Amino acid sequence: MSVITIERKVLEKNDQLAQRNRLFFEERGIFVLNLVSSPGAGKTSILEKTFLELRGSMRAAVIEGDVQTDLDAQRVAKYGVPVVQIVTLGACHLEANLVQDAMRNLDFTGVELLFIENVGNLVCPASYDLGEQAKVVVLSTTEGDDKPLKYPSMFLNSSLLIINKIDLIPYVNCDLNRLKNNALQINPKLRIFEMSCTTGAGFPEWCNWLKKKDVSSL
Amino acid sequence: MHELAIAQNILEIVQQSVPENQTKSVRGIRIRVGQMSGIVPDSLDFCFSAIINDTHLQRARLAIEQVPTLSQCKTCAHRFGIEDWVFTCPVCQSTNLELISGKELEIVEIELADEGDEAI
Ligand SMILES: Nc1nc2c(ncn2[C@@H]2O[C@H](COP(=O)(O)OP(=O)(O)OP(=O)(O)O)[C@@H](O)[C@H]2O)c(=O)[nH]1
Ligand SMILES: [Mg+2]
Ligand SMILES: [Zn+2]
Repeated sequence: MSVITIERKVLEKNDQLAQRNRLFFEERGIFVLNLVSSPGAGKTSILEKTFLELRGSMRAAVIEGDVQTDLDAQRVAKYGVPVVQIVTLGACHLEANLVQDAMRNLDFTGVELLFIENVGNLVCPASYDLGEQAKVVVLSTTEGDDKPLKYPSMFLNSSLLIINKIDLIPYVNCDLNRLKNNALQINPKLRIFEMSCTTGAGFPEWCNWLKKKDVSSL
Repeated sequence: MHELAIAQNILEIVQQSVPENQTKSVRGIRIRVGQMSGIVPDSLDFCFSAIINDTHLQRARLAIEQVPTLSQCKTCAHRFGIEDWVFTCPVCQSTNLELISGKELEIVEIELADEGDEAI
């Protein structure tokens, strides 16, 4: 037997492309958040509500990732926000090269904030750097307070946690404190926002945080 | 769930690293998979053996080394293994930790059969 030693990261190609994306964003001062969650936690709803709240104060753009359809892009486009839809045709996560392709089709003039809505999946997107400044994991109260323990790497790799659908707490078995403790046990540095797209709770705080673009606090 | 994509990445890197006339000789591919890499070794193994069937690498096997999650406390310097995803120092309860290992997803080396071995 002869041996070739290589010591290479399996995801090196993705990481290099992600780094290239990151440089592009940094040069233009664009703050980029990668939104991850299980299907239906409310990522698109949060974007819609955020654009209502930010209207006139901050120019944003969106890259949507879905397995099929451009339904989410259509929802977001109603708010006058430049948006490009990536359809992965089965792939369960976005990769940096897909984001790079989407970037070519986006007009970044005046854009300060870019949201990348990842494919609804609480496992795979955790492994892929897209060039974002931070991953934001969205967990809705209807999913249960044990989810951080069941999907730890997503919580470990995220800098922010949005607990969404807090309006539904009276109807579901979700202990908010237990949820937060479970998440913080995995990642004590997580910054947590408690929100509801129905009542608007938490959106002023979230949008203030967005306006500060305070990466250093992450 | 994305083990298939990872297996394809591994195949690509191996094909780039081994001269084309030697790909048939590849027997082992040593990879390191951290406990927190989000990769399930059995599933990766399964996906890899599925995609090499139609390639010159069909005699290659993955040798997966699992790397445990190790951490060092930045407050008291205690080194310890993370269990059950609790990122708190068991000595001083600090949560200010440095991750030493556990996120790896790397190809370490590739083993090739020599010409002599080929006949066997
Ligand atoms: N009660 C309640 N419903 C919500 C809230 N946020 C979102 N929803 C509902 O949850 C459902 C899913 O919301 P989406 O915004 O499509 O979720 P998503 O994460 O973008 O879904 P995918 O992109 O398919 O993964 C919709 O019916 C929303 O109206 C909330 O805060 N409270
Ligand atoms: Mg959506
Ligand atoms: Zn300590």
